[in-house]
Amino acid sequence: MSGNNVGEKVDANTVNSKNISLPMSRVKLIMKSSPDVSSINQDALFLTTKATELFVQHLAQCSFKKGAGREKNTLAYSDLAHVAEETETFQFLTDILPKKILARDYLRSLEERGEDGDD
Amino acid sequence: MAERPEDLNLPNAVITRIIKEALPEGVNVSKEARRAISQAASVFVLYATSCANNFAMKAKRKTLNAGDVMAAMEEMEFERFLQPLREALEAYKKGLKGKKEASEQKRKDKEKKTDAEENDKSREEETLEEEDENMEEEQEGENEGEEEVEN
Repeated sequence: MSGNNVGEKVDANTVNSKNISLPMSRVKLIMKSSPDVSSINQDALFLTTKATELFVQHLAQCSFKKGAGREKNTLAYSDLAHVAEETETFQFLTDILPKKILARDYLRSLEERGEDGDD
Repeated sequence: MAERPEDLNLPNAVITRIIKEALPEGVNVSKEARRAISQAASVFVLYATSCANNFAMKAKRKTLNAGDVMAAMEEMEFERFLQPLREALEAYKKGLKGKKEASEQKRKDKEKKTDAEENDKSREEETLEEEDENMEEEQEGENEGEEEVEN
């Protein structure tokens, strides 16, 4: 079923490789929200926008490849959190992609820690 | 420009499209995953900007340039982006050149027209403002009248 998708995927990447679809104005706003940035030249803005697109592609692909939902053909939050923790280049994302754990597991780990402290 | 927090997000529709194009067809991306990738992209922009800015500051420049962004990518260990970025920048510059020539021609044509129209426009605006003021006064008068009737 998914056998003929492989070729299409490569195509999609190469078609999009030269131009950008994210708005540069928005990227500029985000860049300027950083306090010590005074001005950005047009080429730098273009490159950052393009790099952001490559980053989104790369993050999605890595998370999907290493994710648990591959057989189910899904990409879930847990796949992203997992890849942020495991891959060095994505480590800067761990703050905004925290691993979710169940409240009861968290409480249990707190209890265990408490018991350790008492001993 | 008024800065609202949602201005620091990237447009969801575009992010969703990029994700869809990156993955094999038919993959279902959860809403939560999409939002997380979008937030990650914003953080990526900030991280790249801060890295690039360090390079600019080291060189005592105030303006970020293309070299700073490329150096930032290397520092962030995204070397895999360097080659596609170089190619994209080249294509972008070529495209700009073509556009510039076309728009300069357009601007020249427009300038001739707008010069002639401008004088008429400023006169129109003046008269419009005067009319607005008159309308406001009339409305206030009407409201007062109504209140008196009700009482």
